[in-house]
Amino acid sequence: MSQPRTLPLLKRGFLGDIISLAVMIAIAVICFHFMPSNLSFFTRIIAIMLLVLAIDLVTGFTGIATLGHAALYGAGAYAAGIAAAKFGINDPILMLLIGVVAGAIMGLISSLVILRGHGLSQLVLSIAVVQLAREAANKFSGWTGGSDGLSGISPAPLFGTWRFDLWGRTSYWLAVVLLLVTFFLLRQLVRSPFGKLCQAIRQDPVRVRAMGAPVYLTQVKMYAISGAVAGLGGALSAVATKVVGLDSLSFELSAEAVVMLVLGGTANLFGAMIGSGVFMWFEHTMATINPYHWLTIVGALLVVVVLFAPRGLTGMAETLYNRLIGGLRK
Amino acid sequence: MQTILSIGVDAFAYGMVLFVISIGLSVTMGLMKFANLAHGAFAMIGGYVASYATQALGWHFGFALLAAVAACMVLAVPLERFLYRRFYGASELRQVLMTIGLTFMIIGIANWLMGPTLKTIALPPALQGPVDIGFRSVPAHKIFAAVVGLLVAIGLWLLIERTFFGVKLRAAVDDAPMAEALGIRTKIVYAISFSIAIGLAALGGVVGAQLLPIEPQYALHHMVTFLVVVSVGGAGSIGGALAACLILGTVKTTGSYLMPEFGNFFFYLAVIAIVAVFPNGLMGRAK
Repeated sequence: MSQPRTLPLLKRGFLGDIISLAVMIAIAVICFHFMPSNLSFFTRIIAIMLLVLAIDLVTGFTGIATLGHAALYGAGAYAAGIAAAKFGINDPILMLLIGVVAGAIMGLISSLVILRGHGLSQLVLSIAVVQLAREAANKFSGWTGGSDGLSGISPAPLFGTWRFDLWGRTSYWLAVVLLLVTFFLLRQLVRSPFGKLCQAIRQDPVRVRAMGAPVYLTQVKMYAISGAVAGLGGALSAVATKVVGLDSLSFELSAEAVVMLVLGGTANLFGAMIGSGVFMWFEHTMATINPYHWLTIVGALLVVVVLFAPRGLTGMAETLYNRLIGGLRK
Repeated sequence: MQTILSIGVDAFAYGMVLFVISIGLSVTMGLMKFANLAHGAFAMIGGYVASYATQALGWHFGFALLAAVAACMVLAVPLERFLYRRFYGASELRQVLMTIGLTFMIIGIANWLMGPTLKTIALPPALQGPVDIGFRSVPAHKIFAAVVGLLVAIGLWLLIERTFFGVKLRAAVDDAPMAEALGIRTKIVYAISFSIAIGLAALGGVVGAQLLPIEPQYALHHMVTFLVVVSVGGAGSIGGALAACLILGTVKTTGSYLMPEFGNFFFYLAVIAIVAVFPNGLMGRAK
């Protein structure tokens, strides 16, 4: 059956993207006007969202298990930070680009290691990569500031016009624009033949190989792309907070980011964003009450989600929606 | 020469402590195919029980050790029945996430009950002093840990390879429906194995408490180390786990002796090198 040809612009998915972008802009504007004291926190959420989106690309869409993605985020953060603090490259856009490139390179290198393993050994290799990167950053303190963190980053005004002010308004809007652009591009990527190939590899790598498609090369490419996204997140955090610490290169950050992804729902870009937003907002509110009770509650939440909603919050919403529609049609 | 012998002794002691704690995890991962990241949390619970028994109740170390193992094994039964059993056969990532969640909960509860400080376990006089082994003296508790490690290795090997229970366990692992059809109650076999694995975790937590001190973040700090040991050695292989512990212990101790700054760096470099060459671990079975 031949499908009616439509312009790419009129494809259903594209319209959906425009609507979701509009919704995201609306949320960003509402946050800006009603919670102006939390802008730097929102910027941090967006930086982590980029990391979680990056993990979704490799874990959710391509099926590579990883607990070491903070290595890519940290690579972006440190590259942007070192460029600014040691080489005097202060243009924020240039810093972000450096972060993207560093993340992609780190992704390329670590994929060569991580793809050696399967299942458990893959997880362990990814953990070893992030721990190795962290130890390296800790020891070469001449470049990275070691455990004191890298300071002395002072980004120049954005496009020479907007200064990075005390309230974080510039970095907030920069972050929002970066997130929207990244989201839009990733939606196109995920729907492209390349994205479909990745999803096929997740479902059955053996069959994909038998059909003659390059499995390994595709995984490496996707890992590098994911590294670019994670590196962008890291660089954004370096630009916005003006410091880079060792915590941006830790197993804990990787594990938390994977938790956010599963909370939101894998193989779904909305899930990655909703999961990180909900998790970090929850952490922010609870941690002020008591950091250890918060840990207990997050642990319980995680167990409950994995037990009863394996597809995460978005998966749960989808099931509810389908039931509701089904009920109405009866 | 003196240095090499010293490194050898310390590496052996450290490796055996790692072995005692990680071998239970190796059993869960290799035989039951379960990535139980909460393993370190159980070791920590064992340590807390022993610390409470020796410090607050004034029990003898031996009784405290038994109490810690027993308490964790009892705790393991309902957890296996209501939580872990639902994840048999699930993807590694889901198992990992569930057990990370469990670890978070245990850390939070431990901190609430026991406070954020380090807890010590009172050793009996026989284990406190140094022992002269010819060219240097070694703390007695390190020798004790090494001996316990060897005993555990031999005991587990006998249990798995030489007893009827071991036969049933291996049958249940290789082909659960067939084992079930032959009258083996696989659920009970799994529950007992899980309980033994958790008991081993508690034993390791108590025996190794001098090297890896008990505090609320214990479970998270050492989780990675245990996981690494198991995958380097090959899940489910006792010999592999022993080899992995000795190799990694040597790498780490040598690194700390010669280049104290880079001990952990070489540790993870060795891990990547070994796992990249042997994706199933040194003595793991190919899947």
